[in-house]
Amino acid sequence: MYITVVGNRKEVKEGLTLLELMELENVEMPDYVTVSVNDEFIDADKKADTVLKEGDNVEFLYFMGGGC
Amino acid sequence: MYVKIRYKVENGENMKKIIIRKQDVEEMILHSREQLPNEACGLIAGSDEGDERVIEKVYYLTNTDASNEHFTLDPKEQLQAVKDMRTRGLRPIGNWHSHPESPSRPSQEDKRLAYDSKASYLILSLMEEEPVLHSFHIENGESEKETLEIRD
Repeated sequence: MYITVVGNRKEVKEGLTLLELMELENVEMPDYVTVSVNDEFIDADKKADTVLKEGDNVEFLYFMGGGC
Repeated sequence: MYVKIRYKVENGENMKKIIIRKQDVEEMILHSREQLPNEACGLIAGSDEGDERVIEKVYYLTNTDASNEHFTLDPKEQLQAVKDMRTRGLRPIGNWHSHPESPSRPSQEDKRLAYDSKASYLILSLMEEEPVLHSFHIENGESEKETLEIRD
């Protein structure tokens, strides 16, 4: 099936979970990456249970914050 | 409006050169002053080829911490900004934030929360009358100043 990952269309296996996708994409510091699927933010503890489907649009966003 | 920006040219082996328009710097300073006493923050986007990064657009995002000691970018605004970058053919370069009362250097918290080693981190200090802007590469808790060039 085909999904869009950070703006790029990709072919992935059926039943792929978000967590597996993050491993495939070598996402650095995955615990600090906010993920959206079709503009909906996915809770961190749901990444392993979220199964992607044809046409999904996935975005990875690093937490961005700091101090002074 | 007269704004004098101090910047250093220090080339290192792995350092990128960051280029930003003077107008963008001035707007960043104005916006950051408007946000006082809180820290202002946002994203930067442009082109990233070889050792040169050119900032084509500065995004102004909400500091959800609404604090003068911390900042967190609003993830919803972050997502919209990333989409806008894509529409404009721009690449994400990193983020920026202001230090209302401290120098233009990454704090311990800045280093701890810099999760993207590929990003450039711009820090604008407003502690003196004359603002100071620097860009940093942060990786594994260590920061290096990047070369920052301001063009008309």
